[in-house]
Amino acid sequence: MTEVGLTPFLILGAFLFACGVTCVAVKRNAVGVLMGVELILNAANVNLVAFARFNPAFRLDGQVFALMVVVLAAAEAAVALAIVLNFYNNHATVDVDEAKELKE
Amino acid sequence: MSLPVILFAVVATATAVSAVGVVASRNVVRMAVWLLFTLIGVSLLYFLLGAEFAGAAQLIVYVGGTLVLVVFGVMLTAHGPLRELRTKKGEWLVGGALGGALFALLVAVSLQLGSPATAPEGDALPGTGQLGLAFLGVNDTAPEGPITGVPAEKATRRTRASYLLPFEIVSVHLLVVLIGAAYLARAKRRVNP
Repeated sequence: MTEVGLTPFLILGAFLFACGVTCVAVKRNAVGVLMGVELILNAANVNLVAFARFNPAFRLDGQVFALMVVVLAAAEAAVALAIVLNFYNNHATVDVDEAKELKE
Repeated sequence: MSLPVILFAVVATATAVSAVGVVASRNVVRMAVWLLFTLIGVSLLYFLLGAEFAGAAQLIVYVGGTLVLVVFGVMLTAHGPLRELRTKKGEWLVGGALGGALFALLVAVSLQLGSPATAPEGDALPGTGQLGLAFLGVNDTAPEGPITGVPAEKATRRTRASYLLPFEIVSVHLLVVLIGAAYLARAKRRVNP
């Protein structure tokens, strides 16, 4: 993997990030918003690993941070889904436009 | 056109197309499937970058764990009209403009960055053993002093990195969060069925 430079990876990360932000802004389903957040975290992870490959000073740090981001994303997904399920139990909808209060 | 360039082009195109699919599809089940392909594409990118452990962890934890959690969320909440919620035209406009502006900004910054065109030759990313030692708090993951059979500057390089405390913090954080999530999402008796 020596012919491809750093910039293509950064551009791909930027594209994933833009897709994630659009997803968060546009989707009305709460689970869809959660998927947008996952896309954003993955975009950051691509950048971290790419910098770890191309910058000798970040050789270890980039990978370690990427692994931590993966673990934190799992935690975030668990809590967000718990909240969404709670909201669904109380209101019988997952539309974020109607989410004015968590409990009726 | 060499093999790495072709591989990168194929994987990057597949990942980008799947990401667009996540944004564009209205059905939340289809979104989950597109997200699955995006995550697999990202893990293939890690393999292409030489970070095998990060790629494997992405496959196991993200694709095997987090995405299954999300699919469970979809299955528990999406039925009837909730499966396809329509977004207004104006919201699409605002969201698309926001995403496009962010993408343009980030591309401009990355093109300005003056990146190294090629990776430093000859030293791959640290493998599983080195990562594990760093997580265990071993300060020197490379031995000090010359070793026979290894180039001199390589043998004396020290990586002063110890990630024992962040590792412990993140693991306890995950435990606390999972217990909290299980408590939040526990089955409750309905007050008024």
